[in-house]
Amino acid sequence: MSGPSSMRTPLERVRGLGSAHTGTGDFWRQRLTAVAMTLLIVPVIVVVITLIGRNHAGAAQILGSIPIAIILLLFIIASTWHMKIGMQVVIEDYIHNEKLKIASVMANNFFCVAVALASIYAILKLSSGV
Amino acid sequence: MVEFALPKNSKISGGKTWPKPAGATETREFRVYRWNPDDGKNPSVDTYHVDTNDCGPMVLDGLIWIKNHIDPTLTFRRSCREGVCGSCAMNIDGQNTLACTKSMHDVGAGGAVKVNPLPHQPVVKDLVPDLTNFYAQYASIEPWLKTTTPTPQKEWRQSHEDREKLDGLYECILCACCSTSCPSYWWNSERFLGPAALLQANRWVTDSRDEATGERLDNLEDPFRLYRCHTIMNCAKACPKGLNPSEAIAELKFKLVERQI
Repeated sequence: MSGPSSMRTPLERVRGLGSAHTGTGDFWRQRLTAVAMTLLIVPVIVVVITLIGRNHAGAAQILGSIPIAIILLLFIIASTWHMKIGMQVVIEDYIHNEKLKIASVMANNFFCVAVALASIYAILKLSSGV
Repeated sequence: MVEFALPKNSKISGGKTWPKPAGATETREFRVYRWNPDDGKNPSVDTYHVDTNDCGPMVLDGLIWIKNHIDPTLTFRRSCREGVCGSCAMNIDGQNTLACTKSMHDVGAGGAVKVNPLPHQPVVKDLVPDLTNFYAQYASIEPWLKTTTPTPQKEWRQSHEDREKLDGLYECILCACCSTSCPSYWWNSERFLGPAALLQANRWVTDSRDEATGERLDNLEDPFRLYRCHTIMNCAKACPKGLNPSEAIAELKFKLVERQI
């Protein structure tokens, strides 16, 4: 250990800024979305297979079914949420520069929200027959 | 970013091959990590030949034989030589374990016995790692009974069932084999408490006599202190006492979820 922090005691370094008292929420939601995706993946695959080879009107007709649209919407919400938490874990694991880490976490949030909203918009648009 | 390569001054180069012991009929090759803080050189791996007819069967016996008969400068920690103290934890043939309980016949498939210090820790000399941070992390979980109720005249009582819950936790000897085998600990050892300290934390969270369970969980609930564990399970594979720190950490996570839902 070198630099200004070397004069701090080892216990002070370990205690650092203290416990954040968070993390359980993300831990729980990652498992929640994983279970949700496990349940949704089969119907989603079936929907995707039925969409193969269809034109715009055909796709709009299938997605016009409320249960199908809801299954796809739930899958998008679960998967993008899961993606956001998973990517944040990778960033926290490997990026140690604080500024770069904050920027990466921010970019990850923006990206996941953008993917989710674009997908939801597309599903809603098609399911409303437009 | 995380450093995936060794720093320049830690790169291993060269190494001395010591002559075979004269008159020995059966020898075993040992390749041992050497680094001396005083000579300014990079670490190296020295090759020794141990007379197996003149020494005990364990890797530690081999190292002691080398120190006594070939090279007295070889430095390593050892004390009890029977798997109780945890001093001689090192990386033998790619696996963190205790040199005193690892038979040299079980490693290297008859080839060289490769001995390195515990991974990803600063080295004091040769096979001696600097475990200051590891011990501070253990201290940070406050490994002692915390109570508010006045101390009973005789003893804090515990049912047989509650005592059994401590099995698989109390046996930890703090050798650091688990923590130093954990990739999450390698990347974030400043902030992640590591499997050993977390197993001990669960030992006190589980103890029915302890009255600070909630406070202990509060201190652990942190994306880095606890949730860096991704259940890689190198810890359980490395533990020379056969414990499962990964399971202990999962129990901590479950308790944290349980108190919220």
